[in-house]
Amino acid sequence: MTPMTLTEKILAQHAGRDAVGPGDNIWVDVDVLMTHDVCGPGTIGVFKQHFGKDAKVWDREKVVIVPDHYIFTADKMANRNVDVLREFVREQDLPYYYDVGTDKYKGVCHIALPEEGHTRPGEVLFGTDSHTCTAGAFGEFATGIGNTDAGFILGTGKLWVKVPPTMRFVFHGQLPPYLMAKDLILAVIGDIGCDGATYRAMEFDGDGVYALNIEERMTLCNMVIEAGGKNGVIAPDKVTLDYVNARNKHGKAYTPVHTDPGAKFIYEKVYDVTKLQPVVAKPHSPDNRAAVGDVSGTKLDRAYIGSCTGGKLTDFRAAARILKDKTVKIDTFVVPATSEVAAGLKSEKIGSQTLEEVFLSAGAKVGPPSCAACLGGPSDTFGRLNQPLSCISTTNRNFPGRMGHKEARVYLASPLTVAASAVRGAITDPREYLE
Amino acid sequence: MQTTITGKAYVLGDNIDTDQIIPAQYLTFNPSIPEEYKQFGKYALSSVPPSQAGLPKGHVPFHTDDEFVSPYKIVVAGKNFGCGSSREHAPIALDAAGIEAVVAEFYARIFYRNSVNGGYLIPLECVERLCERVCTGDELRLDVAAHTMHNLTTGERYELKPLGEVAPILEAGGIFPFARKSGMLG
Repeated sequence: MTPMTLTEKILAQHAGRDAVGPGDNIWVDVDVLMTHDVCGPGTIGVFKQHFGKDAKVWDREKVVIVPDHYIFTADKMANRNVDVLREFVREQDLPYYYDVGTDKYKGVCHIALPEEGHTRPGEVLFGTDSHTCTAGAFGEFATGIGNTDAGFILGTGKLWVKVPPTMRFVFHGQLPPYLMAKDLILAVIGDIGCDGATYRAMEFDGDGVYALNIEERMTLCNMVIEAGGKNGVIAPDKVTLDYVNARNKHGKAYTPVHTDPGAKFIYEKVYDVTKLQPVVAKPHSPDNRAAVGDVSGTKLDRAYIGSCTGGKLTDFRAAARILKDKTVKIDTFVVPATSEVAAGLKSEKIGSQTLEEVFLSAGAKVGPPSCAACLGGPSDTFGRLNQPLSCISTTNRNFPGRMGHKEARVYLASPLTVAASAVRGAITDPREYLE
Repeated sequence: MQTTITGKAYVLGDNIDTDQIIPAQYLTFNPSIPEEYKQFGKYALSSVPPSQAGLPKGHVPFHTDDEFVSPYKIVVAGKNFGCGSSREHAPIALDAAGIEAVVAEFYARIFYRNSVNGGYLIPLECVERLCERVCTGDELRLDVAAHTMHNLTTGERYELKPLGEVAPILEAGGIFPFARKSGMLG
């Protein structure tokens, strides 16, 4: 049989076929459909329009709804949208809903999904958010879709997909302490461009990848969409399985899938991580890469640490290494991705201080878990750029207007680089503050 | 699907992402409610930096007399149109503003899927880079079946790429009518 890549194998299995190849249009069975407050109301509208107002979802165990985008806002329309989700969950009796204002509230969907045991190797996950690709870190096929596709899935449990060819990125070596997965993925996007993986799968491989913890692997897969990638994927290993098994409280069976020897890749690139540098993506595109050394000293007005890309515990641990016993020179916003991450900020310590105490005593502002200013949002959103400021951020996009004001300038960087830059008030290489 | 579309062009550059097409602050409108669907037209392309809005000169407003509907019918753009988020509000905003087709070098895949599966507009691909050949305000005629574009202002004619495998979905009017027609849905 023709050898297949991990992505091809998962798609073939879910289409009930022995084999598929790049370019094949197939219908696949969906394991999990995720939606949130921004696209959920439209998805529900599409579902009701086409399947009837009394229709039931295809499988209530496979629908996960995570309000996360516009949560801590006085915006009436935004609050109304969460009510639409609530009403749908009640009417459909959906078990996996993480409601605002309750103990179940999570925050950013892409981090909430694995934390709550909704990501498993070998599965097919669709979500109404482009960063759904984050879950490829668990060895599954995960990608973003729109309301119409999601409404179709709600009624049928199926979706047509075109099988993407796979690009392979191999990382070798032990990551130096001044680099993070964010630097690796910004390097890749800088190399191939923000359309370099359009319609393609991006598979990450090599000892440099398997040495990363699960959160760093999520950062790698999270930003494949910034290169236009359909999905990012990392083969499951012990790190993956340990995480998944500890969280898979619903006990759902799954089958890890690996790329066959001899599978064809449309592109391959090998990196030695020990030779890479801390990098930023300059305004106004994630592929506008520069070595931090080349833009060092660029004046900033604000720093932001948060989002699905840069708001996990690993990200805050890194930022706290630099901010411990320092003072930030510019407004610095800290937004944990989820309530679990927020709890970690209060419990995990460096010396005698919790991570949260490190940030607060450095002069940073700490907000409640949500997507917050990563994508601008309503004008009262925590950290939103309401003025044409320059901001360095651990988030994923810096197109014009992304974080609010359309003339704001956003530099994307790792939590280490953002923290170092917050201390100096200008873009700074984290090596200047690391022992 | 309309096979011929005639109207004024609005020209943009490369990597027009979904935040520029419809800024996130307006995603609170629910596109399933007709009065709110209309609102997306008002804010369509509102985050394109003024210097890039309406090329080659820029600083051309997308809306003139009507605050919801643009006088332009066809967007001509460069590479990677619709990159960024998965928000279906992006093709919806263009549709609500009266855009019937986009002609770009190529598309980000989620925007392309959403345009086709939702049946909002026809995403056509050009063979040569047309965003530097067409001026905002030029009168264009697209013949979708023949995959050609005629610039009525300059007299130039251009070849476009055939729609290929998505043509039947667009002809049906989106993924739901397509699936019904092909027997997937009852």
